[in-house]
Amino acid sequence: MPSPEDRNAASQVALAIVQTKPRKGRYAENLADLAQAFEQLAAEPPDLVVLPEAALTGYFLEGAVYDVALTAERFASDLAATWRTACGERPVELIGGFYENDDGTYYNSAVAVRADAGGWRIEHRHRKLFLPTYGVFDEARFVSRGRRLETFAAVCGCSAIAICEDVWHSIVPTIAAVKGARVLFVPSAAPGRGIDGAGELTSVVRWHEVLRSIALEHGMYVVYAGLTGFEGGKGMTGSSCVVDPRGEFRVRAPLTEASIVRAVLDWREVELARAGLPLLGDLADVLPDLLLDDQLPLPRGIGGACTP
Amino acid sequence: MYTVVREPEPSLAPPGIDPELAERWLVAFLRDELIERRHVHRAVVGLSGGVDSAVTAALCARALGPQNVHAVRLPYATSSPASLSDARAVVEHFGLQERTIEITAAVDGYLQFEADADARRRGNVMARVRMLVLFDQSAKLGALPVGTGNKTERLLGYFTWHADDTPPVNPLGDLFKTQVWALARHLHVPPALIAKAPSADLEAGQTDEGDLGISYPRADAILAQLLLGYSDAQLIARGFAAADVALVRGRADGTHWKRHLPTTAMLTNTAINEFYLRPVDY
Repeated sequence: MPSPEDRNAASQVALAIVQTKPRKGRYAENLADLAQAFEQLAAEPPDLVVLPEAALTGYFLEGAVYDVALTAERFASDLAATWRTACGERPVELIGGFYENDDGTYYNSAVAVRADAGGWRIEHRHRKLFLPTYGVFDEARFVSRGRRLETFAAVCGCSAIAICEDVWHSIVPTIAAVKGARVLFVPSAAPGRGIDGAGELTSVVRWHEVLRSIALEHGMYVVYAGLTGFEGGKGMTGSSCVVDPRGEFRVRAPLTEASIVRAVLDWREVELARAGLPLLGDLADVLPDLLLDDQLPLPRGIGGACTP
Repeated sequence: MYTVVREPEPSLAPPGIDPELAERWLVAFLRDELIERRHVHRAVVGLSGGVDSAVTAALCARALGPQNVHAVRLPYATSSPASLSDARAVVEHFGLQERTIEITAAVDGYLQFEADADARRRGNVMARVRMLVLFDQSAKLGALPVGTGNKTERLLGYFTWHADDTPPVNPLGDLFKTQVWALARHLHVPPALIAKAPSADLEAGQTDEGDLGISYPRADAILAQLLLGYSDAQLIARGFAAADVALVRGRADGTHWKRHLPTTAMLTNTAINEFYLRPVDY
């Protein structure tokens, strides 16, 4: 039986990832580019569109974060209006990353926006939990971290969003899965490095290992939307992809080109994968014991599953 | 009996490279940086007859088309004729645009008043005149100068500050010299250029490795591990010669300043690049 929050969701959902290649800081121009992508989608409109982290501004902004950050409502409104112009009142769920200005506190965020004939509404907002601040990264200098990981009832059923480094901490997808998520959306901006491997950047190989491991362990879809394009010599690795609940790649975009990735998310695949490898059930059973270990700092529990 | 399986010994080899992958990545980099970001479709590359500028020119040719790569040979009176002919071979092999501009008169126009200038000063003047020419040719052609410096020479400080390092775009700056050689073979740079000893060509018989006191493969192997944070003691314990480690560490530590913009006195809380922080492509 589907969980209550999933009963109204379709069993198959048409997905499009728009792998953007933004010009640094030029939000209006990048939104116009997105409109072109949506026009391309109009011939076969998806139910769900996913964009990368910092999808319409570029990632490495330093102090310019404060120039380009938007309220969640403004970003959601812009996404919905762009969709409506291209695809009319066709219902869609739009997920994308942006720098958020919340009354002068700044976050690296992503929203899920539901747009239809009745207008638009924000279904969910995730603020990046883990801000990379080492080596080439300097996020914590410019933005604040999020404090909660929530699931939400997406068009494809119970889902969660985790941004980039969030998923390198296995506790994040673990909590999302235990809270009921069948799909994990990962907007990302990953600068490539490592050219001593064979045919693939080392950093991309590591990403693939992480994404496949998440999907396999929890029997969930992982939808990765990667930013692409060079930013001051640092090349974002694109490679947007869909990993199925058995940990296999369904489709993958190229490294360095603006691209659209199409796939279908099918609940039945989640159910079959979890039936064949019931690790998530085992985890849900054992995790409370592990988290209630009094040697752990401040266990908070893992309650609060999806609400319809 | 149990089978004993041991971890491999630490490698003393220089870092490897997948040259096909590096080529794809660097061609995408050049296209993004020149065409998409700056809307510039032409590159100017100073062709010395060495492997770095040959590889840079080859990458530019793949990114922009050989007809859009302007290779400039910039000989001084004492430059080796072999350098000139090697540079010509690169032009012909990759089908580049070519111009030869003698810098002797420009260099001597200044140095005639500086009779006591030693080889180092004279070399720096030549390097700075070459860069002056490359920037002016770029302005004339509506092109961008593309740099040729590799990671090894950057880390060892083996370049003229505000000369070799000035072009706004540099595809090779994160590749060690030994990786550039591998990339050169992949790109089919004429083999003679890859085989010959690298030289700044400021005086007869000069070689980079002679000046530096260490071979590139040894320097690259040490640098690669030094950059990962290993101490001198750890590097020596891994099998590197103590003298080599000291030489490489000394050159790297003594030349940090050459890898930065000029030091600016900070007086306000809006100091550029200290408080006012904007990325280069913003």
